[in-house]
Amino acid sequence: MNSKIWIVAKREYLTRVMKKSFILVTLLTPLGIAVFSVVMGWIMNAGAKSDQRIIIKDDTGIIQQIAAEDKSFPYEFSDKNIQRLKDDYTSMGYDLLVYIPALRDSATMNISASYYSNEKPSLSLLESIESHLADQVETFRMRKSNIDQKLLDSFKARINLENGALDPNNPGSAAAFGKLNIIIGTVLGGIMGFMMYLVIFIYGSMVMRSVMEEKLSRIVEVMVSSVRPINLMMGKLIGVGGVGLTQLALWAFLIPVVLIIAAALIPGVDPAQMTSSVDTVTQVDQGSFDNFSFHQVKDAIFNLKWWLILPVFIIFFLGGYFIYSSLFAAMGSAINEDMGEGQQLMMPIVLVVLCAFYMLFPVLSNPNGSLAVFASMFPLFSPIIMPARLAFDPPWWQIVLSIVIMLATVWFFIWLTSRIYRVGILMYGKKATIREMIKWIRYSD
Amino acid sequence: MRRKISTKISTPNFYLLPSTSYLLPYFAPMSILRLENVTKKYKDHVAVDHISFEVERGTIFGMLGPNGAGKTSTIRIITTITGPDSGQVFFENEILNKTHPARMGYLPEERGLYKKMKVGDHLIYLARLKGLSATDAAERCKAMLHRFEALDWWNKKVEELSKGMQQKVQFIATIVHEPTLLILDEPFTGLDPINTHMIQDEIFRLKKSGVTIIFSTHRMEQVEEMCENIILINQGKNVLLGNVKEIRNTYKENLYEVGFKGTLPQNFNGGLELIRQSEHEAVFKIPDHDSPNHLLQYLMQNGCEIQSFHEILPSINQIFIRKVKGERYE
Repeated sequence: MNSKIWIVAKREYLTRVMKKSFILVTLLTPLGIAVFSVVMGWIMNAGAKSDQRIIIKDDTGIIQQIAAEDKSFPYEFSDKNIQRLKDDYTSMGYDLLVYIPALRDSATMNISASYYSNEKPSLSLLESIESHLADQVETFRMRKSNIDQKLLDSFKARINLENGALDPNNPGSAAAFGKLNIIIGTVLGGIMGFMMYLVIFIYGSMVMRSVMEEKLSRIVEVMVSSVRPINLMMGKLIGVGGVGLTQLALWAFLIPVVLIIAAALIPGVDPAQMTSSVDTVTQVDQGSFDNFSFHQVKDAIFNLKWWLILPVFIIFFLGGYFIYSSLFAAMGSAINEDMGEGQQLMMPIVLVVLCAFYMLFPVLSNPNGSLAVFASMFPLFSPIIMPARLAFDPPWWQIVLSIVIMLATVWFFIWLTSRIYRVGILMYGKKATIREMIKWIRYSD
Repeated sequence: MRRKISTKISTPNFYLLPSTSYLLPYFAPMSILRLENVTKKYKDHVAVDHISFEVERGTIFGMLGPNGAGKTSTIRIITTITGPDSGQVFFENEILNKTHPARMGYLPEERGLYKKMKVGDHLIYLARLKGLSATDAAERCKAMLHRFEALDWWNKKVEELSKGMQQKVQFIATIVHEPTLLILDEPFTGLDPINTHMIQDEIFRLKKSGVTIIFSTHRMEQVEEMCENIILINQGKNVLLGNVKEIRNTYKENLYEVGFKGTLPQNFNGGLELIRQSEHEAVFKIPDHDSPNHLLQYLMQNGCEIQSFHEILPSINQIFIRKVKGERYE
């Protein structure tokens, strides 16, 4: 290929990678994610527990008696007169007083109790108190009827729906899909789709800003006499794309390492909670993992077809990057002085990417449905959608067809945008509209 | 014996002379660049309208015209940044192609540098894009900076340099690959007199070493000083083309300035005209094909003591204004 492209790409790559800001962002982002996860974990833990002190006046006698045996019961009891308690519970250091009057009918279904508090308690606190109290009453009644807890547990049943094609002797076989694989696939797909979405915006706008700066500082005027505009643009795309790959590769290594270190160093943080931010994105229920042992999860992750997923992800990463950043480059070339113009021109691109991003959710919940198949063939969506489907073993012809369509689109977009770019970078003063840019495409060389 | 010697001498003579004279215009053509009816249209106007000219090797060629006349558009066609809609361009007698710009150096009017890059790295980068190898580029850039007394800038960032210094760096970047054709678009804007002088000297030095220079400007006094031949472009059209001296002669109005002592005669005959007069100077217009000797004789005969006498040629600036206005009011 043209050696000038590589000279340009090398400069674009090195100036960015050597920048202090790049090194800082690359190193601090994993730390930031770790801190964020730890803080999120703490917040979730803290939210579950209540720091409110609660005192109970139990006139039934049942609850206090049973709770005395339950060491995890979080509330305290008082035998004082309820009228005095109402006056004194705050001065005694309690935030909330619960009064349970004596039961007229010990078998009644509905027990009403009252609470007293100066502040408005949260709904979850009230629900938590209710369920704790109800537990004690249930335990009392079971004991009274001589029902053993073990006996009661033995009545319960749990249905586990698994893929019939799955070989029970070899749960790791990749031929079929277990439920665990589906969960992992959803999480992985969500991560990859989300990453593509981020990459398009971060590196796309990086390309756009740099094209704009070169135009406004008139560097292009000097450059185009030695480099053909298409080579200049290609060099920039390749250079910035290389920066993106470098950053992702470093993150792919650093983020898990930092998370593992954080989980090891900070006690009391559940690693599962640290991944909660991922689950929020992929909308996987936090509880989904609880039914599986760590070992099973590990096996399932190792049994994914990484030899296929990783290279294909990189192909889609590059394809998506080139399609969108070439568009961003063309937009950057059309801007004059005013960043506002840029935002206007970016709008259509942003809408398309957002559209693809929101498609991620229905696609992940039905990864082989017709929407998923359509979106992974349509080249403006496929770079986000297809990587998300990879963990679900889509038919190979779909992967191949999707890549072929995408590569053809990459080629077409680079051709198209370079024709806009070569006119745009040397055009000053006039505000360029999209219609005008379409005219530029038809200009002769 | 005599006959033998003569054949010995004449044979190589016979062999060499016709063949070299035949090959000479091919190997060293007089014109390095030739434009034939080059036209470039943009959406709503014709930027370059049937421009034709030829640039002689080793000369400084001036390209003049008001702002927006089509100079930059023409240069962009020569440097293959854009292509003409019609017409032909020949570089060293070949139809212009994408390999030719490597032998050109172009200093655009609007020019910038990467602010954050170091001067040395930047020069090497631009030199490499012109096709130099990494080692060649480093060597030549260093030598160039040295010649421009700026080697200590090597590790400075571009943004630390003054505007004039940046101009110098840009000029160096334009010539570092030793182009045969140098195109300078307003090379002196923003330069102080010292740096202007330095670059002017460099331009003359390059010319002496055989480099052809196209010099685009709207500053006429520089053109008169530096260029042999010019083209005057207005509204995309070729208004005037030729040798500077010849043009000034063509447009001369037979005006002569006389420095004198004594009094001027009151009446003039034979078509002599007094244009203006001050205490010791007067400007006369003499009829076409008349000799200035008649004017001198007449003045001397009438008791004037002549102290100086010279012809007033119109400046390129005056011709320029006349032509451009003429075009506009056509």
